[in-house]
Amino acid sequence: MGQRPEADVITLTLPARAEYVSIARLTVSGIANRMGFPYEDIEDIKLAVAEACTNVVEHAYDCPQGNDQLRLSCWLLADRLVVEVRDKGKGLPLEDRQEAPAPIRPDVDIDEVREGGLGLYLIHSVMDEVQVSSNDGVTVTMTKYLQRDEVSCDDRAVSEA
Amino acid sequence: MELMIRENSQDGQHLLYLEGEIDAYTVSKLRDLLLCLVNRPEVKRVAVDLSAVEYIDSTGIGTFVAAMKACKQTGCELAVQNLSPRVERLFRITGLYERMVPHKGESE
Repeated sequence: MGQRPEADVITLTLPARAEYVSIARLTVSGIANRMGFPYEDIEDIKLAVAEACTNVVEHAYDCPQGNDQLRLSCWLLADRLVVEVRDKGKGLPLEDRQEAPAPIRPDVDIDEVREGGLGLYLIHSVMDEVQVSSNDGVTVTMTKYLQRDEVSCDDRAVSEA
Repeated sequence: MELMIRENSQDGQHLLYLEGEIDAYTVSKLRDLLLCLVNRPEVKRVAVDLSAVEYIDSTGIGTFVAAMKACKQTGCELAVQNLSPRVERLFRITGLYERMVPHKGESE
C-alpha cells in the first residue's frame, strides 16, 4: 500500500471462514462510529466490508484449510476511512473479471441471474471509491468520505431549526 | 450473530418470520429451509417476513434468487414482506425488489 500520511492504522487478521465475517463487520462498524460517520454510512461500510470478506471466504481458496486467512486493514484519515480486504488466494474468477458489476435487470429471466454475482456490485454501490486488484490474491480497497459540511456534533441538538 | 426462523403454515400457505442477521454464516439455515419448502408440491405460497431482520447482504439476496429459480420450476409463489428501510434499500439496489415485493392491493 502507498503512503497515507497522518492516518491511524488498524489491522486485523482473521481466519477466512464464514463465522468470522461478522467480526470484520463489527470491527469496521466500531471504527466508523468512532470517526463520526452517520448511521446510514456506517451500515454501508459494514455491508461493503462484509461483501469483500464473503468473497474471500467463498472464492479465494480452492481447498479451504483452517489456516487460510484474510487481512482487514483500516486507515483512519481526517476526511475519510479507507478499508482494505486482502487474501492470498487464487485471484478473481474469470467471470468476475469479464463482467462489470451490475444489478438484476428487470427484463432478465430469473434463470439467467447469477446467485453470487452481486457482492462486488453492492460494494461499488455503497462506497465512494473502490479498487480491486488481483495479484498474489485479491485486494479490495474501499473508501468512504466523511461529509464534514453536515451538522457538527455540537450543533446536532439544535439542528431542527 | 444469529438468525432465528419461526414458521407458520395453513392450507399450503407458509409464513417464515426471520429475526436477526442474514450473512455468509447464518444464510445456510435460511437456504435449506426455503429450498425445501418451495420444492414441496403441497406448498403453494411462501411469504418471508423481514421486519426483524437487522442485516442482510448479497448471500441473503442470492438465496432468494435461488429460491425464485426453484419456484419457477414448481409454480410456488414466493414473496418478502415488511422490509425495514435498510433491508428495502438492499432489495432495491440489487433489483430484486420489483420481483419479490407484492404491489399494493395485490395478494395482501
